[in-house]
Amino acid sequence: MTTTDDTAAIVAQEPRARLGQSVRMRSSGAFGSVSGKVLIGVFVAFMVIFILGPLLWLAVHAFASSWTFPNLWPNSWTLRWWQTVFSDHALGVAVQNSLVISPLVVLFSAIICLPAAYAFARFDFFARRTFLVGLFATNAFPKMGLFATLASLFYALNLMNTVVGIIIVQILGTIVFMTWIPAAAFAAVPRSLEEAARDAGASRIRVFFSITLRMAMPGILVAAVMSFLAAFDEAQGTYLVRAREYFTMPTEMYTLVLNYPKQVAAVFSILLSIPSVVLMLAARKHIMGGQLAEGFQIR
Amino acid sequence: MSAEIASTDGSRAAGPQAGGLQITVLNKVLGGRTIIDDLNLTVNEGELVSLLGPSGCGKTTTLRMIAGFLSPDSGTIAVAGRDVTALGAERRPSAMVFQNYALWPHMTVFKNVAFPLKLRKLPKPEIEERVSNVLELVNLLHHKHSRPGQISGGEQQRVALARALVQEPDLLLLDEPLSNLDAKLRVKVREDIREIQQRLGITTVIVTHDQDEAMSVSDRIAVMNGGKIEQYSTPAELYEHPRTMFVATFIGTINRIEGGYRDGRIVDGGDIVGIRPEDVHFSASPVAGSMPATVERIIPRGHFHEVFLQREDATLRAYISGDVPPLGSAGHARVAKAMIFRDGQLVDDGARRTSSVGTDAVTHG
Repeated sequence: MTTTDDTAAIVAQEPRARLGQSVRMRSSGAFGSVSGKVLIGVFVAFMVIFILGPLLWLAVHAFASSWTFPNLWPNSWTLRWWQTVFSDHALGVAVQNSLVISPLVVLFSAIICLPAAYAFARFDFFARRTFLVGLFATNAFPKMGLFATLASLFYALNLMNTVVGIIIVQILGTIVFMTWIPAAAFAAVPRSLEEAARDAGASRIRVFFSITLRMAMPGILVAAVMSFLAAFDEAQGTYLVRAREYFTMPTEMYTLVLNYPKQVAAVFSILLSIPSVVLMLAARKHIMGGQLAEGFQIR
Repeated sequence: MSAEIASTDGSRAAGPQAGGLQITVLNKVLGGRTIIDDLNLTVNEGELVSLLGPSGCGKTTTLRMIAGFLSPDSGTIAVAGRDVTALGAERRPSAMVFQNYALWPHMTVFKNVAFPLKLRKLPKPEIEERVSNVLELVNLLHHKHSRPGQISGGEQQRVALARALVQEPDLLLLDEPLSNLDAKLRVKVREDIREIQQRLGITTVIVTHDQDEAMSVSDRIAVMNGGKIEQYSTPAELYEHPRTMFVATFIGTINRIEGGYRDGRIVDGGDIVGIRPEDVHFSASPVAGSMPATVERIIPRGHFHEVFLQREDATLRAYISGDVPPLGSAGHARVAKAMIFRDGQLVDDGARRTSSVGTDAVTHG
């Protein structure tokens, strides 16, 4: 709990957890009975403590000049840590790097994975299931082992200390999201809607862009958001590729944790969570719209 | 390959059949099972034809081959005198209304209907006008800006119809168009469809498993069974003169009795006797050709009653309107007309009973 690495992980998970929470809260309306409401209430309180508790701790730290164990509250307040972070030249570069690299990762991941997702959804080919499950391989084992092997490969291919190297490492963490979720979204597009478009005179490419892709969009958007967050938070692999010139926000945090008091790390982790939260809020409307089921024969 | 098709195309265009649909010796095997077996079908221009049959008879497969979603293993499909067998769905002059309507949920009603015209790159004012006209035809102009999710099932169905009609197709295809509607609406919508079809004079093929629906809208019905057409006739002809036992049981209700038939009664024999319930007459006192009968069961059917009459030779279903004899009461039942089937084929339709030919046929039983 005291190591900043842990807190960073919690901060990163927060938007995702919040998404799940609001889904549950919406369903509570149908769950009418009193005991049900109490149960939901306890659950919500539990979730709030678990999600907001660490955040609160973090926020307090970011403004505390010092806060040691027996005290329930910091002795005095300061903006010094914020100054430290903002005056640090490396921070601006790290933010810039993160905001350039993460969208690139999502873009390339989409280019690689979406055609695969479509193929998984629409065609039945040799060893389809094996490939589909095989995508989990990168997530099934401790990442460090994978990265260590990757490093030797990167040395051989001269990818160490390059942006391309970082992008490849980060794409690895997004593949499962970018394939499984869009595959489910593509599979959920009723074939008759595609056939109706073909019958109306649309070429196969037109059908894909006007109907299939358009209807799978909410799912693809979810995948893109998840991939962005995964790429944005990726630190281990990026750190290992060790692009000295290309620090991203999470790797920059390693340096801060090592060189400054933990308050600085607290400030930085709050900054780190801002893009995720903004992205979640922006995407929420489109994802929650439920447009997919609307107007089709699902009632 | 394409040259070969072009030549067939040319010869077909010169043929006598100008409009309509022509299917010749169509075959389709799916998963090792013969779905369509040497099917031939001609639909005249402006005619409404139903493909009627139980599920698995191949009617939907046939429709999908006509629409171009499936390609036949052999055989040809010609629409409006042009061979379209090698063309994909997007290049065929037919338009289809899907069973689940298949409206695009992310487009408004207007955009759904306009989509086929947009693909044809028509000028905007023309699209606007044609879509408005067709929406007016199906009475949905007021829902122009609604999303498919915001309108009722019947309205969605009409949007789907409008989307097909706006293309001014040579051939309109409807796949179980009414199966997702409730019973009341079904009757109204099928009348609407028939009315619009006749007004536009558009060649139409409907796939249905509902004989009522087929009987009430079609010019002709093709009754399908096991990938073949059992009989292709007008609704009245199918009912009066079913060529096979399958058609006789599928269209309307029939008393199906094994044996033979002589002088108004069932006798021993190896044939199947089919008697329509309306050809069984019940009376309190004996008439010529009648036999004593007891009322075994009564099922109210609204404006008439379905009554099971037990006679010495068989139990017969009859329709009685007006006063119904009480359960268990005795009376007399006469069979006015019976059809005889041998090996599933009709050998005597009972219509010419009084003629010498008919009498001869009956003696076989």
